[in-house]
Amino acid sequence: MFQAPDFNTLIKQINSSTDTDVEKALRTSRLSLDDLAALISPAAEPFLQQMATRSSEITLARFGKTTQLYAPIYLSNYCTNRCAYCGFSADNRIKRKCLTIDEAEKEAMILHERGFQHILLVSGEAENAVDVEYMEAISLRLRDKFAAVSIEIQPMSTEHYHRLFLAGITAVAVYQETYDRDMYKQVHLSGKKRDYDYRLETPARVAKAGMREVGIGALLGLSDWRAEGLSIAYHLQWLRKKFWSTAFTVSFPRMRPATGEFDPLEIVTESNLSQLIFALRLFDQDVGLIVSTREEARYRDGMLGLGPTRYSAGSCTAPGGYGNSDSEAEQFSVGDHRTFTEVSEMIKQKGFDPICKDWDCGFQIDKSTDPAL
Amino acid sequence: MLTIAGTEFSSRLFLGTGKFSSSSVMAEAIAASGCQMVTVALRRIDLDNPEDDIMKALGQRPYTFLPNTSGARNAEEAIRLAHIARAASGSPWLKLEVTPDPRTLLPDPVETLIATEKLAKDGFIVLPYINADPILALKLQDVGAAAVMPLGSPIGTNQGVLSDSMVEIIIEQARVPVVVDAGIGAPSHAAYAMEMGADAVLVNTAISIAGDPVAMAAAFAKAVEAGRTAYVAGMGQRSKQASASSPEKGTLSSDLGFLT
Repeated sequence: MFQAPDFNTLIKQINSSTDTDVEKALRTSRLSLDDLAALISPAAEPFLQQMATRSSEITLARFGKTTQLYAPIYLSNYCTNRCAYCGFSADNRIKRKCLTIDEAEKEAMILHERGFQHILLVSGEAENAVDVEYMEAISLRLRDKFAAVSIEIQPMSTEHYHRLFLAGITAVAVYQETYDRDMYKQVHLSGKKRDYDYRLETPARVAKAGMREVGIGALLGLSDWRAEGLSIAYHLQWLRKKFWSTAFTVSFPRMRPATGEFDPLEIVTESNLSQLIFALRLFDQDVGLIVSTREEARYRDGMLGLGPTRYSAGSCTAPGGYGNSDSEAEQFSVGDHRTFTEVSEMIKQKGFDPICKDWDCGFQIDKSTDPAL
Repeated sequence: MLTIAGTEFSSRLFLGTGKFSSSSVMAEAIAASGCQMVTVALRRIDLDNPEDDIMKALGQRPYTFLPNTSGARNAEEAIRLAHIARAASGSPWLKLEVTPDPRTLLPDPVETLIATEKLAKDGFIVLPYINADPILALKLQDVGAAAVMPLGSPIGTNQGVLSDSMVEIIIEQARVPVVVDAGIGAPSHAAYAMEMGADAVLVNTAISIAGDPVAMAAAFAKAVEAGRTAYVAGMGQRSKQASASSPEKGTLSSDLGFLT
């Protein structure tokens, strides 16, 4: 199993990087983890422009003049975990809701009409509300209507992931939140999520279950963002070696105010986030890099083509929020409020092709011939 | 004239349609290239939707439409996708791509052979994308491939025909057309492949991400034509030693003057 390197050792390693290390990393075409450490270090900050240029060249060569678009659907905000930073935390007094299968389909079809072909189903972590049967039922309902359906829900067993894969789910995102073991204990106050290792092993279970794509990441704002970035890279490299036929993506959710009014413990600036994105692109030319609507429109527009490959758009983070604009119970508030059409237009104006369909339900096992379904 | 499965092509440049900044730029580049064979990833298009952006841009033009199975990890997925595509498009043409490693997108020789045999039996015109492996190319033509598409270098890398010594053998041995696919990053690379005797080349990234994709498409068209003309004209042997263009009698080491 993957062993996360000691967080404090990573911080020390990063902070000991010098200008020379950064210059060497920028000359290298295949970057090592040490090179990456240099590029996310304070010593690399004066080189941000060079990093951006290289990052955009690589992104252009590998992904072309394109950006993928998706939208999340929040299925449920029930949660059995108490997480200090999250709006869905079990002891937050918010209106709780779990969509029925019909309601979920209705939400999905609203997005479909807006032009989305890739949706991400998101929920709080409460097995009594959202379990494998529920997810399976939704997936079977939506699989033929969308090119790709991915999920971001509580960690599951390999067996359950495989069931969802057969039902049409193509990708799973599960973020470690923080790779800093001590901080992890401090902010995950109770619930199943308190188990750091079970969560850390989840991406491997997802890949083992046959999913096409696995998303990893850390919530920026809980601990040292540089060491989070390096930890992600360690994790990514380990996963790549073990699961060479799986595609990987990385997300960089930067903390935003939530109902619990938890202030970020570490300030991560846009410049910091950019440095991390560029450095990861230089480290791994093919990894999908996702920037969600947590970030403001100005920032997302500016970063287009410089490293990120996938944007969410027109997002609402409350269950049922597309059909009903009552959004009190949102997980976090978004920074880019533009619609799908507005974001698509911006992408086109910048000379990129907004891609909605980059998968096909035809890749999935045919449910009519599969006895398991 | 290039003939694949009974269809004639006067252009020996095939184009891929990924990575363009818009469908309209893609359509203009295709027009400027004069190409008659266009490959499109099935994962990117919605064949059931008449309003599909890419299909609309490609519509009404005289191309042979070559759907590809990009994204398939094994023979089973590729076969399933091929059947869905044929049911929707009615066309038997298929560029078979079985690429289990999403990073390098290198083709899986074992699964490609299995899928080619099955799809050829099912009546598809199969053009498999392969590593530059001469034995695999022979086996593929034995099981019914309509052409073989060996790579020049890893896809999207623009490194040119690094596999040239293997591609040369494939060309020499092939009974079916050989289309060099992937890695062609400059018109000179395309010309080089054609000079070697490739029947056609397939280009995508080098055109789609060029500063001016339309002008680049036209440049590739010229290069392919020049390379082909040179091949047909008969290229001189390459040699590491200089040789005078008008040698004087008696100065050649291979002078046969001693013969009676």
